[in-house]
Amino acid sequence: MSYVIEVRQIYKDYQTAAGAFPVLKDVNLTIERGDYVAIMGPSGSGKSTFMNILGCLDRPTAGEYFLDGHQVSQLSGNDLAKLRNKTIGFVFQGFNLLARSNLLDNVALPLVYSSVDKKTRHERAEQVLIKVGLGSYLNSRPSQISGGQQQRVAIARALVNEPRLILADEPTGNLDSKTSEEIMQLFDSLNQEGISIVLVTHETDIAEHAKRQVRFLDGKIVHDSYEQSAVMEAS
Amino acid sequence: MFTAMLGEAWHAMGANRMRTFLTMLGMMIGVGAVVMMMAIGEGAQQSIKKSISSMGSNLFIVLSGPPNTAGARSATGNALSLNVKDADAIAELDGVAGLAPTTMGSAQVIYAGNNWNTSIIGTTPSYMEIRDWVIYDGYVFSNSDMRSATRVALIGKTVADNLFGDDTDPVGKTIRIKQSPFLVVGVLNPKGQSLDGRDQDDTIIVPLTTAQRKLFGNQVPGSVRMMMVQAESDKAMPQAEEDINNLLRQRHNIREGSDSDFSVRNLTAIANTAAETTRTMALLLGAIASISLLVGGIGIMNIMLVSVTERTREIGIRMAIGARERDILLQFLLEAFVISIVGCVIGILIGVGGAMIVKSFTGTDAVVTTQSITLAFAVAASVGIFFGFYPARKAARLNPIEALRYQ
Repeated sequence: MSYVIEVRQIYKDYQTAAGAFPVLKDVNLTIERGDYVAIMGPSGSGKSTFMNILGCLDRPTAGEYFLDGHQVSQLSGNDLAKLRNKTIGFVFQGFNLLARSNLLDNVALPLVYSSVDKKTRHERAEQVLIKVGLGSYLNSRPSQISGGQQQRVAIARALVNEPRLILADEPTGNLDSKTSEEIMQLFDSLNQEGISIVLVTHETDIAEHAKRQVRFLDGKIVHDSYEQSAVMEAS
Repeated sequence: MFTAMLGEAWHAMGANRMRTFLTMLGMMIGVGAVVMMMAIGEGAQQSIKKSISSMGSNLFIVLSGPPNTAGARSATGNALSLNVKDADAIAELDGVAGLAPTTMGSAQVIYAGNNWNTSIIGTTPSYMEIRDWVIYDGYVFSNSDMRSATRVALIGKTVADNLFGDDTDPVGKTIRIKQSPFLVVGVLNPKGQSLDGRDQDDTIIVPLTTAQRKLFGNQVPGSVRMMMVQAESDKAMPQAEEDINNLLRQRHNIREGSDSDFSVRNLTAIANTAAETTRTMALLLGAIASISLLVGGIGIMNIMLVSVTERTREIGIRMAIGARERDILLQFLLEAFVISIVGCVIGILIGVGGAMIVKSFTGTDAVVTTQSITLAFAVAASVGIFFGFYPARKAARLNPIEALRYQ
């Protein structure tokens, strides 16, 4: 099993007052370990829904999704939480740090949910904070540092449980171009260490950091730069 | 994990101090009220118990005169239908442990320049045991004093204080009761108030014969106004009451269907009724106070619901990075629990303090028991969990995607 993500014929409908509204229609995608994928597409193309399914936050209406060999659709809520905790690291557009806690506690938070003791939690959180270049801000609060730094903290939090996969939803959406570039370089170096990365973006220059670009339109994948596993374009 | 969550709960409470304090205040007032009301109830019960035990246990009073008669009625005890022989016969009954024929009156008592009006009890030495009187100083008059109707007296603490003051030892002194000289042979140990609020220490006990012949000397010889009868045990009381009734009716040749010319009163039953009443009152006080505890609990629920809504995004983040439903549930439950427990501890202090203030200002007994504190603690903890559960479950059931999107 060399795929970290394997998605087969996924459909997702949203129930609205007017009836079922299809958001994803027959999406197929496989991502190998160590791959670096940028998902692109206009608003409403279904890319966010797709990311939520990849992140085990949502379930597809139909189809199969294997994450790191686990068939996600058959897992219980607790098992999904465990996958989110250990296998996936999330990075959001709005950073989503806890304003009350200092950086160390923010980064250590995933470890609380995998029952790691306090000493180890703080040691590992400190290590990853040093790795993202924030070793001297351990006791600062998110409001005391810049946006770029906050996103680094979020990346550190995503890394602290040594995940296979990082899912980043518009990670540079709230940052200026210079800071965006720095954050992307951080992602590049993480990918070189062997972590698979899937990021959603609508900026072409950001997407070019990735090895592979996938484009969504109207709930379908309309373009995939990865020839070997190319999905046939739906006509 | 648990300690980490406890820390989080503490943190979250600290983030909104005023709100946390106000929520706790509800709990504090509730617990404080419960502890204080229970203390007052307990105090009342204890003072009743003290009065009951000072009365003596398993007591009947047998009075001469009918319980009720048609036509003109005189006060019970005035028609002298009982006599010493009746008393002896009752003393022989199974289940009767002791008996003391008693006569009562009031008289002016004089010692030196002091005088005092008090109640005089004429009785036998067995009265001391039946009524649980203990001698503080001196000795009890004897049966030979009874036979020869000597002028000796046992005086209560109140009488001693009023006639002799603090400096003089009353034992061996001679007082005048209705102008007759009496030798004080003993001072009674104080008992305090009776059930009906009389001062039991404001009394003088003299031999029955002396009282009959020399103080209230207008009686048929050998007649007895009333007698105190003590049953062997609580269980023997109903049988003893029936036996006394039957025996006296037989001795007085009262036909079936006619009214008795005496009456038997079960003092212990009356006392138990009083105790029961106080218990009910204590329960009522506690129940009313519990309502404020309930209101405090609802306050916790209210604030937790607000807190869950406010922290929707935080809940979403936690879920995204791997919190299970029960982790979220536990976090909010713990927060409600900590609020109620801290509020409870402060409330207990308030309650204990309040009980002390009530005691010092009104003189009412207020007794805080460990039991009441344990109870308040247990109830507060369950209130916290009970009212924290719904908001916590609401938090745990949030959809992570919607929670993350929440602004």
